[in-house]
Amino acid sequence: MSDKLVEEMSFEEAMSALEAVVGQLERGDVPLDQSITLYERGAALKKRCEAKLKEAEEKVAAITLGEGGEPTGTTPVEGL
Amino acid sequence: MSDLIDDPAEGLNAPEFTVTEISGAVKRTIESSFSRVRVRGEIGRVSMPRSGHVYLDLKDDRSVLSAVIWKGVAGRLQTQPEEGMEVVATGKLTTFGGQSKYQMVIEDIAPAGMGALMAMLEKRKKTLEAEGLFDPGRKKELPYLPEVIGVITSPSGAVIRDILHRLRDRFPRKVLLWPVAVQGAKCAPEVTRAIEGFNAMMSGGAIPRPDLLIVARGGGSIEDLWGFNEEIVARAAAASDIPLISAVGHETDTTLIDFASDMRAPTPTAAAELAVPVRLELLGWVGEQEARLARALSQSINQRQQRLRDLARALPNPQALVDQASQKFDFTGGRLAPALQKAVQVKRLALEKRAAPLQGATLAQRIRHEDTRLKSMARRLASGLSSNTKTQRRVYDKTAQRLRPLALKQEVDRKKTAFSALSQRLSISALNQTNTWRNRIDALERLHQTLGYKETLKRGYAVVRSQDHIVTSKVEAEKATELEIEFQDGRLATGPSASPKPSRKAKPSPPKPDQGSLF
Repeated sequence: MSDKLVEEMSFEEAMSALEAVVGQLERGDVPLDQSITLYERGAALKKRCEAKLKEAEEKVAAITLGEGGEPTGTTPVEGL
Repeated sequence: MSDLIDDPAEGLNAPEFTVTEISGAVKRTIESSFSRVRVRGEIGRVSMPRSGHVYLDLKDDRSVLSAVIWKGVAGRLQTQPEEGMEVVATGKLTTFGGQSKYQMVIEDIAPAGMGALMAMLEKRKKTLEAEGLFDPGRKKELPYLPEVIGVITSPSGAVIRDILHRLRDRFPRKVLLWPVAVQGAKCAPEVTRAIEGFNAMMSGGAIPRPDLLIVARGGGSIEDLWGFNEEIVARAAAASDIPLISAVGHETDTTLIDFASDMRAPTPTAAAELAVPVRLELLGWVGEQEARLARALSQSINQRQQRLRDLARALPNPQALVDQASQKFDFTGGRLAPALQKAVQVKRLALEKRAAPLQGATLAQRIRHEDTRLKSMARRLASGLSSNTKTQRRVYDKTAQRLRPLALKQEVDRKKTAFSALSQRLSISALNQTNTWRNRIDALERLHQTLGYKETLKRGYAVVRSQDHIVTSKVEAEKATELEIEFQDGRLATGPSASPKPSRKAKPSPPKPDQGSLF
């Protein structure tokens, strides 16, 4: 298992960690105490995944460019 | 030029030009005759000095034409001149009198047909490929779920709409649009700058740094898409640290950036599909994982419960484990008390048997008996001792009475007197005997003296010897070589070796005749 905190994981990290936990639990060769710990970790990972999936927010901005073509900021883009 | 200048040797009255005049004349002639021409040729050496003008050579297999593209024109060109490119240049001819040169001023330049364009593209591709820019090992993996997507395309037009629309369907994300010209001369430098610009952004900066880039353009002619075939664009795409999807033109259009990008999408819509997963599918997946998690846990617990039940069944009844031992205990415990009693009885019997003679009366009787015996013995001991002594004394006294010292003394005196007499007689008789023997010896001595030959010698006889033998005859004397004659007062040696030899013989027998005569 990764040492990274679940709350700091990217969606992909949380996803592969969750997959590993489920697989481990399904193999059934884990002691009972550890099973419960694993389940709790799985639940936390699932929560993290869901949270990342809920962050599905569309926000489109265009880069504004200076005279030399360098980016100076962004302006919201709407209606596309 | 030769057709413009007469042979000076032929017409001496021909007008005379100064160099400047003739240069000017030539310039006018050329510029009027070639005020707009199209020249096809291969671009030779190209130089772009700081001034911004572009100098190049157009050439074919036999001739070379110098050409210049003024700064203002160069920026507008759709096709940037490149060495080796087969082009058709449009412009006019002019002269450069200061150096006696002529050149073409190019107004526009275009690839000389599709084949030439593709050949040039192929050549570039080979160059970049040789540099390793297209190596599969260089390709970066796209993030599974990018947080911010940088899109480099035209802000107007269908492309950005298509991309945003598809992203919205799948997984709405933050999108940063970097507006660029997607065709014309500005296209390549702007796209290059956009790629580099996104890469230069710092994560956590004012503008969020994208974790995925999409370079997109809709379909068009090969000339329209040409900007994405430019080397600078391909190099920027290859150098990008942020994973980059190229989506230029339709599926059949392949531009140089497609080889250098990390992923090529056939269309902008497809680029959006490659960029993000489908959110609903992921939600479904997460739900499924949750169910599997719960199922696995409950299954794990169920399995353990089942196993516990099985094991519990296999456990024997605890009472049954104890029963047998308990019964054995009862049985043995019951035998304990009688066994003890019996043991005591046996021991008591043995004790009584041994203790019987030890009763008080018996002991006392025995003591009395022994006491009596002891006393009687003691009595006998004293009387026995005294009677024995008396008896012995009597014997002693009796013997002592018989001892008489006077008798013994008389006896001793008598014996002593006898002894003295005897010893006196012994002395006297011994003296007598000795005297007798002495007298006889003296007589014998005298006789011996008388009888010895030496006494005879005194009377005038002599003893003759030859070699210690007595010579008694004339024959013997004659035979002897030497003779020794003993006289009364010594010996005399005669003969050849006569030397007196002392005779040891003290008592040689005297001559027999003498002796004979004597007796």
